[in-house]
Amino acid sequence: MSTNILFDAPGPRGRLRNNILTLLSVVILASAAYYVYARFDAKGQWEGEIWKPFLDVSTWTEYIIPGLLGTLKAAGISAVCALVFGAIFGLARLSDHRWVRGVAGAVVETFRAIPLLLLIFFLFFLAPSVFGGGDYTLIALVAGLTLYNGSVLAEIVRAGVRAVPSGQAEAAQAIGLRKSQVMRLVLLPQAVTAMMPAIVSQLVVLLKDTALGYIIAYVDLLNMGFKLIPAVHFGSLIPAAIVIGVIYVGLNMSLSTLATWLERRTRRSNRTSAAPIAPPGAVGEPETSGAGTLL
Amino acid sequence: MDDLIKYAPDLLAGFLENVKLSLICAVLALVLGTILVSMRVSPTPVLRGAGTVYVNIVRNTPLTLVLAFSSLGLSDTIGLAFSATPSTNSFWLVVFGLSAYTATFVCEALRAGINTVPLGQAEAARAIGLTFLQSLRLIILPQAFRTVVAPLGSVMIAMIKNTTVAIAGGYLMESAFVMRDTFDDTGVSIPIFVGLVIAFMAVTLPVGFVTSRLASKLAVAR
Repeated sequence: MSTNILFDAPGPRGRLRNNILTLLSVVILASAAYYVYARFDAKGQWEGEIWKPFLDVSTWTEYIIPGLLGTLKAAGISAVCALVFGAIFGLARLSDHRWVRGVAGAVVETFRAIPLLLLIFFLFFLAPSVFGGGDYTLIALVAGLTLYNGSVLAEIVRAGVRAVPSGQAEAAQAIGLRKSQVMRLVLLPQAVTAMMPAIVSQLVVLLKDTALGYIIAYVDLLNMGFKLIPAVHFGSLIPAAIVIGVIYVGLNMSLSTLATWLERRTRRSNRTSAAPIAPPGAVGEPETSGAGTLL
Repeated sequence: MDDLIKYAPDLLAGFLENVKLSLICAVLALVLGTILVSMRVSPTPVLRGAGTVYVNIVRNTPLTLVLAFSSLGLSDTIGLAFSATPSTNSFWLVVFGLSAYTATFVCEALRAGINTVPLGQAEAARAIGLTFLQSLRLIILPQAFRTVVAPLGSVMIAMIKNTTVAIAGGYLMESAFVMRDTFDDTGVSIPIFVGLVIAFMAVTLPVGFVTSRLASKLAVAR
């Protein structure tokens, strides 16, 4: 929408008021920014010395890139496992057998309700007492992320299959397809397109949650940037935080952009009869009255 | 089971810290989120831009980094202090970080809610001569809040679960830390884990139930 409907095209007085408001907010924001700058400056955080390590190739090759690879490894393995977990339990929740539905429902609802960090701690301490000594940081992190995000993905899969209009399944049954064929040939291909945006949004959550590995000392981007770099280059904590923050934000924003793009494509697509489903916890789509939306 | 009974007082004290964190952060995140969403729909491009930048940066940063930065960066390096007592100081640092983080999700939920208010409502508000703030306060936000009760409930549930990450902000009194501490002492204990999970469920499930009931009760008939 080109013009915002919450306010009229301002007249002379309105323009003056808006300009004053703009000026005021610029002053307030600038003074807030200056205050932060000054506080950081007072502690010498803008001095070239502590930023220098980040111009050094070895900082990147020895710390940041291995850390990033650690994060991506944990995120990649967990994403694959969570998708498999989600597909199995999501479909199990749609089963015709009551006990399968019940068990899958109980598993999904439980793991969705457990605080992820408690689950990771539990697995981290459980693993050595079951499998003997060793380094279980990656396994605990991946298992925790899989169980939690897999449960959320299971709900997305269920919602995706349900979003396919019932006529599709009925038509498939009418031409004599078996139950598994209806699912495999008719429902799933359409559901996958509809749930793609929600899946990618959940993968952003998964990627962000890999940072919990920092707490159990898994060597990821946060651990490298926040524990090791400041330990080697004394005083570089804030620069390190800013650099790894930019990397995290960049990664997540590009994934989010992909999700938005996928959603637009699904909305236009004629390969599915289902509308894209909302990611968990999102606000339902507005009824399209042809009047457009406010923002 | 013996472990659970033996450590129950510690665990309960830890869990009450989570409840305390949740209550304070809920209020602060709702207030800050509402301010942010007002900025993002305001007629002032500077405020809109500032709101968008803040939300996109903080929302895409891992909470662990936000909390670790509040504690190690803002407090230890820059000298931001809420209190002279270390544990009280780290409590408020966690409140600061968690509220700043959760507010972005509140803002996004509210913004999505504003999107569901039909255009005609805003046009009608303008037509009877309400100003920007009046139409926001009397027409748009009341309807937006109603549609976002359920999503806000999900945001609050996520926030309650996120209070366990307080450990990254150096606050070492809540239940995740207590649980790790006990596991360090006695080894892994399934009853302790299950007990804590049930305690969290006892808080999050009613929140989910009440908000979804409220959502269907308050739903705007259109």
